[in-house]
Amino acid sequence: MNRRPLKIQYYALLREQAGRSEETLESSAATAADLYAELNARYGFTLAREQLKVAVNSEFREWTQALNAGDAIVFIPPVAGG
Amino acid sequence: MRFRFSPAAIDTEAARRALLDGGAGGYVSFEGWVRDHNEGREVTRLEYEAFEELAIKEGDRIVGEALARFPIKHALCVHRVGDLAIGEMAVWVGVSSAHRGEAFTACRYIIDEVKHRVPIWKKEHYRNGDSGWVNCEACAAAPLHSHG
Repeated sequence: MNRRPLKIQYYALLREQAGRSEETLESSAATAADLYAELNARYGFTLAREQLKVAVNSEFREWTQALNAGDAIVFIPPVAGG
Repeated sequence: MRFRFSPAAIDTEAARRALLDGGAGGYVSFEGWVRDHNEGREVTRLEYEAFEELAIKEGDRIVGEALARFPIKHALCVHRVGDLAIGEMAVWVGVSSAHRGEAFTACRYIIDEVKHRVPIWKKEHYRNGDSGWVNCEACAAAPLHSHG
């Protein structure tokens, strides 16, 4: 997989641990799961992937979702509305 | 829009008016308030943060499910974002219906699903100066699988 730009937005605990709200990266991660592994290695998130959901282009997707150039990815920590 | 965010105090009168219907015999609402304690800790204030684009879609889907499942007239949910003090309203759900039973059931359905599915996060600030993201700090140490 060639490297291509992916946009990542961070919220809540992941935003604090990444130290940013968003970034655009050149990444060769094939799937959403691969991308989380890459970012986890960089930032040392305390949340395991099994605790998260993932959204691509503002829709919930499976972790096996293939990523394309320009996709916007959000990793979703356990929610706590209400 | 059947689910929306409010950056300021929720106007419940305006929200209620959106549910008025000549065929409705009643209306049920739920208000979620900021509580001064959680899991044995004294809470002094809260911050709510949302992934608003997806949250609005998912919230609207939930209210749509309630409208499809239960014979109700109208339903709406409004959620706060930003900094909230103790006693402030964090969320409001309202349902109007021909008969009360379905309104209670649908209101309960909406608040339960919103709490589990909508990408909203809550940071608690404690009396001792600590703070933490609800459902994220404890589970980082001991993973929970109930989420979702």
